[in-house]
Amino acid sequence: MATGNIPPVEREDYLNKHYGVGSWLFTTDHKRIALLYLISITFFFFIGGFFALLIRLELLTPASDLVQADTYNKFFTQHGMVMVFFFLIPSIPATLGNFLVPMMIGAKDLAFPRINLLSWYLYIIGGIMMLHCMVTGGVDTGWTFYTPFSTAFTNTKIVEAGLAIFVAGFSSILTGLNFVVTIHRMRAPGMTWTRLPLFIWAHYATSIIQILGTPVVAITIVLVAAERALHLGIFDPKLGGDPLLFQHLFWFYSHPAVYIMILPSMGVVSEIIACFSRKRIFGYSFVALSSISIAVFGFLVWAHHMFVAGMSVYAALIFSLLSYSVAVPSAVKVFNWTATLYKGSIHYDAPMLYAFGFLGLFTIGGLTGLFLAALGIDVHVTDTYFVVAHFHYIMVGGALMGYLGGMHFWWPKISGRLYPEGWARLAALIVFIGFNLTFFPQFILGYLGMPRRYADYSHMPEFQILNVFSTAGATVLGVGYLLPMVYFLWSMRYGKPASDNPWNAAGLEWQTQSPPTTFNFPEEPVVTWEAYNYDEIDKGHKEVPQVVG
Amino acid sequence: MAAHTESHNPALLHHFATEEQQRNSASFGMWIFLATEVMFFGGLFCAYLVYRRWWFGDFAAASKSIDAFLGGTNTAVLICSSLTVVLAIWAAQTARRGLMILMLVLTMLFGLTFLGIKGIEYKDKFVEHHVPGSSFSFDHEEIPGQPGHYANPHHAQIFFALYFVMTGLHALHMIVGLGIFTWLLWMAWKGRFTPEYHTPLEIGGLYWHFVDIVWIYLFPLLYLIDRHP
Amino acid sequence: MFDNFPLWPDRASSMAGNVDALFIFLVIVSGLMTLLIFTAVVYFAARYRYRKGVPSEQIEGSTPLELTWTIIPMGVFMVIFVWSAVVYFKMRTPPRDATEVYVVAKQWMWKLEHAEGQREINELHVPVGRDVKLIMTSQDVIHSFYVPAFRMKQDVLPGRYTMAWFRATKPGTYHLFCAEYCGTQHSGMVGSIVVMEPAQYEAWMSGGSGGPLSATGEKIFAELGCATCHRADTQGRGPNLQGVFGKPVQLEDGRMVTADENYVRESILDPGSKVVKGFKPVMPTFQGLVSEEQLNALVAYVKSVSQAGAATGKNAAASTPEGAPGKAQGSQVQ
Repeated sequence: MATGNIPPVEREDYLNKHYGVGSWLFTTDHKRIALLYLISITFFFFIGGFFALLIRLELLTPASDLVQADTYNKFFTQHGMVMVFFFLIPSIPATLGNFLVPMMIGAKDLAFPRINLLSWYLYIIGGIMMLHCMVTGGVDTGWTFYTPFSTAFTNTKIVEAGLAIFVAGFSSILTGLNFVVTIHRMRAPGMTWTRLPLFIWAHYATSIIQILGTPVVAITIVLVAAERALHLGIFDPKLGGDPLLFQHLFWFYSHPAVYIMILPSMGVVSEIIACFSRKRIFGYSFVALSSISIAVFGFLVWAHHMFVAGMSVYAALIFSLLSYSVAVPSAVKVFNWTATLYKGSIHYDAPMLYAFGFLGLFTIGGLTGLFLAALGIDVHVTDTYFVVAHFHYIMVGGALMGYLGGMHFWWPKISGRLYPEGWARLAALIVFIGFNLTFFPQFILGYLGMPRRYADYSHMPEFQILNVFSTAGATVLGVGYLLPMVYFLWSMRYGKPASDNPWNAAGLEWQTQSPPTTFNFPEEPVVTWEAYNYDEIDKGHKEVPQVVG
Repeated sequence: MAAHTESHNPALLHHFATEEQQRNSASFGMWIFLATEVMFFGGLFCAYLVYRRWWFGDFAAASKSIDAFLGGTNTAVLICSSLTVVLAIWAAQTARRGLMILMLVLTMLFGLTFLGIKGIEYKDKFVEHHVPGSSFSFDHEEIPGQPGHYANPHHAQIFFALYFVMTGLHALHMIVGLGIFTWLLWMAWKGRFTPEYHTPLEIGGLYWHFVDIVWIYLFPLLYLIDRHP
Repeated sequence: MFDNFPLWPDRASSMAGNVDALFIFLVIVSGLMTLLIFTAVVYFAARYRYRKGVPSEQIEGSTPLELTWTIIPMGVFMVIFVWSAVVYFKMRTPPRDATEVYVVAKQWMWKLEHAEGQREINELHVPVGRDVKLIMTSQDVIHSFYVPAFRMKQDVLPGRYTMAWFRATKPGTYHLFCAEYCGTQHSGMVGSIVVMEPAQYEAWMSGGSGGPLSATGEKIFAELGCATCHRADTQGRGPNLQGVFGKPVQLEDGRMVTADENYVRESILDPGSKVVKGFKPVMPTFQGLVSEEQLNALVAYVKSVSQAGAATGKNAAASTPEGAPGKAQGSQVQ
């Protein structure tokens, strides 16, 4: 579907304006910072993925025969830490968000460009600390760090890992802060709140969570590190400390964190579905509002991770009830996206395939969340592979699919090149198949009772067949992820040059050149049209919005 | 780069359309940052409140052993320092450079006084073996209002752990604040602040006020548990 | 189902059927919803695919539709919530007169002790059809006692007791797993629940034990000198423990607490924290002087002297020793 006039002459854009390492490392251009992030998070994605591969290889056989239990325990811990803190949480906001938020609202840059750069440096410093930690011994507590194991029993490098995450968390906070101020204060004239793309609403909600939630895990990490280093005793039961207090403080952030991971992806899906159905998203205000609801309700449900932890029955009842309410806005979004397809004019380009994948997999992942919110069932399946399957459906089947879809959708804008469509569709299909093969068997394993974080299941050899399916799926999934890496890189040199708006999409970012200039727009846009005005665009309407000079 | 035909304050950054937008954004950004700080300290307050509710008597005994007079003095010192900050900003708004610099210096002196007094308190705690760790001891301390009933040293240790983490984190924020004010002082000295532009002073002031307010919560919670005249 | 390739866990407890029923209901609901969405997406994607000259139709939305698909799911969710809450309530409410088994978890094994005194490691023998209540604590880190066939799981914490209960309904041997990551040999902390016919269980039981746990507790009670202050009359420096267990207790600071397992345990390890009204805080702490197993035995003993001297409808609030009538009627709680 990619069309449009190809500019014959090389124009100045943000990529070729300055050359040299210094121009990248000291840039304040949000687009360059987005690319810096893109490279770094891709790197950490493959590190996290490498650990995942090792986990799945070990689980091919019941015995702990590939590596020793201690090593395996480090694998799943580091897989979790790297994927959560160094990949999923920054992923869309720091790459697509950084690139697109100013453009979508008609601004020249984010409100605080230097803080944006600082944010990337903090991420890198945290990442280096984490790498160093992993290479010099690693951690084996699980990414959840439960006390007193993490404070008083393990010999691994908790303090260093904790500090790495602390620094990365600061990066996340600054990104969120930047987005909120930008969205409030830097919108172009005429860009009212109800004309904002849903991508912006999603990032706004995400930023609220980043701002309010991350500091709580930061202080929790500080307390754990202090307890280990200084033997304080706050979480030590021998002194009267309460290990459950740690869990409350930890999950108060870590639950909203999962919404940080999924909301931006939902924003991407809204943009893609609108463009490739050539329609405004059905129920725009409900979708926008649902993002905010998810952010708010997301803060009220954390103890559903603790139903069997030793909480009172009444606390459990309250958190279960609230957990059902947070499911409602997500369901509303899925219905609205589906309804958008009705009477649309649907194209099957790669971004749309990823969006379809998202719809299916997020639906399954979200529905299995209902199982977990159900107290009676959660007692049986918590701490088993059922939970593992649930959250991978959301984070990988949901968030990551949305991320890949978004990368494909905006790749022409970011790079000025088209990716190879055939390969992209193939990759989307491989990812979808590989993903389901990897994670669906885990639902069954979970209900059968296979606990999480087990290096060895030789007492339960009957679990092997499902584990083999899962590992087979993981290899297919890996191929599906490698393909885009290869062809995106290939396209930067050999891909067809892209026009300014190859998808004929709505949105201010498409009204300027591909790739954009450093300051995005030649003149400040003045917005006089509603979001997703695909009817005007497709009719070739005279007043098809061009950026007003 | 878009051509600027109109002249503007060199402090106006290129990506902002107007100085007002820049100032509002800076202020908003600082408020959001302070919200994150509230959540950061909030985790500590939460832990404190939980344990205080469980072991009120033990916490009261431990609280009695820290010097409320020094703590109270520090409270007064910080409140005065917030006043000097406000006066510095007023001086900037009314183009009183000398007063502005004086107020900034006074603010920093108050801050240093606070840290000095804190140092004395920490030293006292160290000498009394109230620092959590292997040399911690808190035997035979009576719970206020319950003669003959002695505090559980383990629970007292948790009080002191929270005391040091909370006041320590606060002191760290003070030190950062002093760094910020050093930089503001330098800018003021160089004449960078005018009645039209003194945004760094305003947002630095916001930060300082926040650090002050945290102390105003810490002081009664830590120093004044169950105190009787 | 298939031995090598099971797709459903064994159902071996009274709760398992309830959990499975709820699960199957959810599978059906989710299946229908998934089918609905998939069908809609596939159908719309095909029916409304791009055709040259056929434009899309801009539809803003439909508030009635939004309300419908908000309220109906909310309603379904509430049904699920209530049903699962009922199941959960049953799971968390051990029946009275359940046989008690004390569990001590440590890295990386399960130590179990029946009230009758038998000790087991990594194995628990129980008779079919009997309510069994587990009173569990950990010696080190957090573990979790998980028996998939019973659909039962409860975290086991250091520093306090947590409870769980089950009634086995099918003889057999079932997996016991630790379900809370606890270090190197977390995946090695597995065992079995052996459910036997009552006759076989009796035979197994009579295979020797050290006597009931409460008797062990009575011995420890004497050895540690507890009896010096906790006399069976009003003259002791500590409260008389007869009939105390399970009843409300008024504390010095005015609070009322229930004398349950955690209270007894706390009173031994941290006696100053919940002093009974009318008594001085003179009890020394036994932290570090008693092991978890000894604590379990003492708790069992305190329970046993409550069953022995149990009151019938008498006021059971603790009262002050001074001025109390000298007659120690067995039913009066000091």
